[in-house]
Order: sequence, then structure tokens, then C-alpha cells
Amino acid sequence: MSTGDEMPATAIYTEPLMRRVEVAAPAAAAADDAAVQTAAVKIAAEHVSISYGEKVAVRDVSLVVQPRSILALIGPSGSGKSTFLRCFNRMNDLIPGASVKGEVCLDGENVMDPQVSVVELRRRVGMVFQRPNPFPMSIYENVAYGPRRRGQNDRRKLDELVETSLKRAALWDEVKDDLRRKSGLALSGGQQQRLCIARVLATDPDVILMDEPASALDPVSTLRIEELMRELREAYTIVIVTHNMQQAARVSDVTAFFTMAEDRAGYLVEVGPTGQIFTRPNERLTEDYISGRFG
Amino acid sequence: MTATSRPAPGRSMAPKPSLRSNTSRGSILADRVATAALWGTGMFVLVLLGSIIVHFALAAWGVVSPSFLLSDPSSATLGGIMPVLWNSLYMLVLTMLIAVPVGILGGIYMSEYAGENAVTSAIRFAEESISSVPSIVVGLFGLILFVDNAHWGFTALAGALALTFFNLPLMTRLAEQALRAVPQDERSASLALGATKWQTIRHVVVPLAIPGLITGVILTAGRVFGEAAVLLFTSGLGTPPHYNFGNFDLTSPVSPWSPFRPATTLSVYIYKLNSEGLGAFKNQIVDGSAAVLISMVLLFNLGARFVGLLLTRRMTAS
Repeated sequence: MSTGDEMPATAIYTEPLMRRVEVAAPAAAAADDAAVQTAAVKIAAEHVSISYGEKVAVRDVSLVVQPRSILALIGPSGSGKSTFLRCFNRMNDLIPGASVKGEVCLDGENVMDPQVSVVELRRRVGMVFQRPNPFPMSIYENVAYGPRRRGQNDRRKLDELVETSLKRAALWDEVKDDLRRKSGLALSGGQQQRLCIARVLATDPDVILMDEPASALDPVSTLRIEELMRELREAYTIVIVTHNMQQAARVSDVTAFFTMAEDRAGYLVEVGPTGQIFTRPNERLTEDYISGRFG
Repeated sequence: MTATSRPAPGRSMAPKPSLRSNTSRGSILADRVATAALWGTGMFVLVLLGSIIVHFALAAWGVVSPSFLLSDPSSATLGGIMPVLWNSLYMLVLTMLIAVPVGILGGIYMSEYAGENAVTSAIRFAEESISSVPSIVVGLFGLILFVDNAHWGFTALAGALALTFFNLPLMTRLAEQALRAVPQDERSASLALGATKWQTIRHVVVPLAIPGLITGVILTAGRVFGEAAVLLFTSGLGTPPHYNFGNFDLTSPVSPWSPFRPATTLSVYIYKLNSEGLGAFKNQIVDGSAAVLISMVLLFNLGARFVGLLLTRRMTAS
């Protein structure tokens, strides 16, 4: 990943919604060197190819994700972004006929290794889905679901965990009075999605995958989710798939652009600091996509 | 751009008919006919069910009383149906003890583990075929297998096993459908949180499938209550003796708790009385028994729904 131009990092991180303004002005084109120059690697994907039976969905993708950063995967529908995202927590295992080649290393361990426990992996790499999908249980039980499945049954510890997780997900104040009485499904769409995030946080992950987490939400809820992502970035590594390019520009540190080849296989066109991708991409394809001439 | 500008290519310039005109009369008529026909069919079913209930309620008026429910049959007086009523409940419990757990486990296997292949298609085909085998044939099969070849004679257990033959496939099929109807999203959410497959089934899929599973239990139970043909040949059709409920010997051929005794159920008793019964009170007993049978089915269905509701609440803690 190339490093280079400067971008006023503080302006971005303390005021995430300013990001769009930064990007809109070509002169501000810059990379966020705080994120890029950190040598540490949280996730490293090497030559990842994913196919469903005969059909190749993702071809030969390699990229790295730094700890405590947000990577956005953008690109047209069918370019394999979500499929690629799902190999980080091996959700592709659930699809009959899916096969993954290459390596995905989480803190240096290859998650594709047959010896790896997917249960352990998914506790380390949580996931938020496109459609908010709380369980039809109380708010409390939704958040306690992960810890309970790990055998945590201590009432006091669970209470504490539920509270801190909901606070981190910026939902506590809205639900604290009917944690046990109200079903997760009785919340609004935006609240449901924050509940799903709290549910993930309760399993104490290192990485959070988000598959178009705001595409089913209204603009106000979307902004709340984005703010939340910026806050979570302080403690977690986040990879987000989004169709909303402004969103990618607003929240992410690094952007990866996917598209598909003639044979419909998705591949990575380029990856780089978000500021650079959105203002001075190296590839013509990226520029066409960003500027709306394609996709 | 103005309203009088050229029409888009392919669009006609002809003026549109008035909104009050009747150009779509045909489709509106078809819509009304469909509404009336569907509403009529629904009402017909309701009226049918209502008239059956009313008929037997009227016929049973003055027959069904606490003593009718609680005394032994008698040839001289009106008597009661206590032993056969007991046997119906007993057979219900015995059959459901086998069919429900095995059916649900089979359904879980078919829905969550087996996948789609030639073997599972064959299993589904077998399930559907067996549950549509005429019950008299299942009865004969039970007679040959349990009553004659196994030398059990007419026993409650033989009846329950024969009933299981054609109830288990139904229960399995309905359980599978109920489990499959649980959205994939819920499974993904649970697995993505690091739950194992079994935890996902136990804590998410099964609780969400409970209403469907209860439907399976109700349909299966309805067949136990109503079935006569299977039981004629397997659990017997003699008039039961006086039951001594203090006898808990589970191997005794006379204890009401034992599965190794003949057990004429209410349906079989109605069949027997109606076809070969004599005596002045025959018709009243048949009507009263039918009313009791219908009430039992209704009570069981309502009870099962209620238990289902409680279970859902409990299992999803909502």
C-alpha cells in the first residue's frame, strides 16, 4: 500500500462528517498516514480466490488491514465485495459448493486452516449484516446471546456486559428502561442495527465486519451508525462493504475498489488511502466508478 | 416542456377515456366474483364445522354429565364411557411420547443436516407415501407384526406403535417444514456470533419453529384421537373391564397404567357401538361419545397452542 500525501487527520477523526467536505475538495487530496504508516497488520489476505462450484466470484485478491482502522470495500453489485468480506469469518463455509483458495491471516494465523475453530474465529471476528437481524428475544437476551453460548451465566457479569455493550453501541440510553420487557424486534431499524452491533461487541471481538450495515436505514440512522463506526475504530478493526460512496469517503481510512472482469469474476482494482482513492485514483476504472461514469 | 409537446416515441396521442368510463368492467367483475367465491368457501367450511358441533351438542344434551364421563359402560342403563375415554388419553400420551421426540429430531436432521440429495428426496417420498397409506392397511400390518408374530395380543403398545407408523412420517415432515421456515438470517446471525450449529438449532431455530411444531403435534394428535381402523386390529375392540387405578403394575394385562393390555379407545368404541351395539341407550351413548371426542380434540388443540405460546416465551425469553 502506498503512503504519501497528508490529510489533516484530526479534522477527520474528531468530526467524521467533515470527511465528505474534505473529499469534495480535490486540493485536500491526501492520505491518512497515521493509519497507513503503522506497520502492524491485523488481517492479511493473500491471493484469495473464491468460487461457487464452477463460477468464480472473487479472483486473486491480496490486501492488508491495519489494526484500529476502517477499510471500506466498494464496487458495483456482483464484484465480490461481500463474498470477500465473508471469508474473514468463514461465513462462506455455510454456502454449499463454495471454495476458498489463498490465505487470510488474522494476527498471523491463517483462518482457512482446517485446524482453526470457526466458533473461536467468529468470536474474534464479529459481523453485522445488511438487514438488521435481532433475534426475536428481549433486548437483554439479544446482547447476552454470544456470552451465554460461551457458558457465561453469571447474572452480574452478564448485566455488566449488556450495559457496557449497549453503551458502546450508543443505544443504552434509549433502551435501558425496558431491557428485559421489550423485544429487539420492537425497536426501529436504526436501533435494531445498533442492537446488532452491541450484540457483536458483547462477544469481545477484535475485528468487526459490516456488510452494507446502513443500506436498509434512513439517512439519520445512517449517520448515527457512521458516527458509531468512527468511535468503535478507536478499539476495533472494521471492514465495511458499502454501496454508498459518500459513506466510504466519510468513514473509512482505506478504500479498496472491486469490479468484475469480462467473465464476471470479481477482482481488486486498487486499494489505497481513502482520500487518495476518491481524489486521485491510480486506475482509470476507479476514477470512472467514483465519478459515476460506471456502475 | 409543455403538456402539448410531442409524445414520447411509442406513446399514442389518442385521448384517454374518462375515469368514469367502464372499460375495465370485465376485470372488476372477475375481482368481485373471486372475492365472493373465496368468502363463500370460507363461510361454507365454518358453517360445516359449526353445524357438526351444534348437531352433537344438541344430540348429547342430557347425555353427557359427570357420571357419563366417570362411570363404566353398562348394557342395562345409560352407563358411562370412563374406561374408553381413559384409553383415548392413554393412547394419545403413549403415541405422542414416541412420535413427537423422534419426529422433531428427524425433522431437525432433514432440515438442518441432511441437505438436498437423492437420499433425502427418497426419505421425503417415503414419508409422504407412508402417511397416505390407508389406515386399515396399517392396522393389518400392526396385527400381523405385533399382535400375531410378536405374540403380544391386542395391547395398547401394539396400537401405539401401529399409530406411530403412520404418524411419525407426518410429524417428521411437518417438523421439517416448520424448521425450514425459520429465516436463514437468524441462523447466520447466531453462527456469526460464534455459536455452534447445535447451539444455533437449540437456541434460535427450534424456538422460532415452535408454532409450526405445535401445528405438527396437533395434526398428529388429531389422528390418534380419531383413528379407529388402525386400532381395531391392534389395541382391540372389546368392552374394557372395570379399571382399578390403584394397580400400578406396568406389565399387568388389567392395570389401566399398563401398555400390555387391550385398550379400546373412544373412536373404536363409537364404531363398535354404532355398528354392532344393541340396547336401548345405544344412540344416546354414541352421540354423547361423539360430543366428548370433539370436545377433547378442541380442548387439546387450544391447550397445545397455549403450551406453544408459553414455550416460545420461555425459550426466546421475550
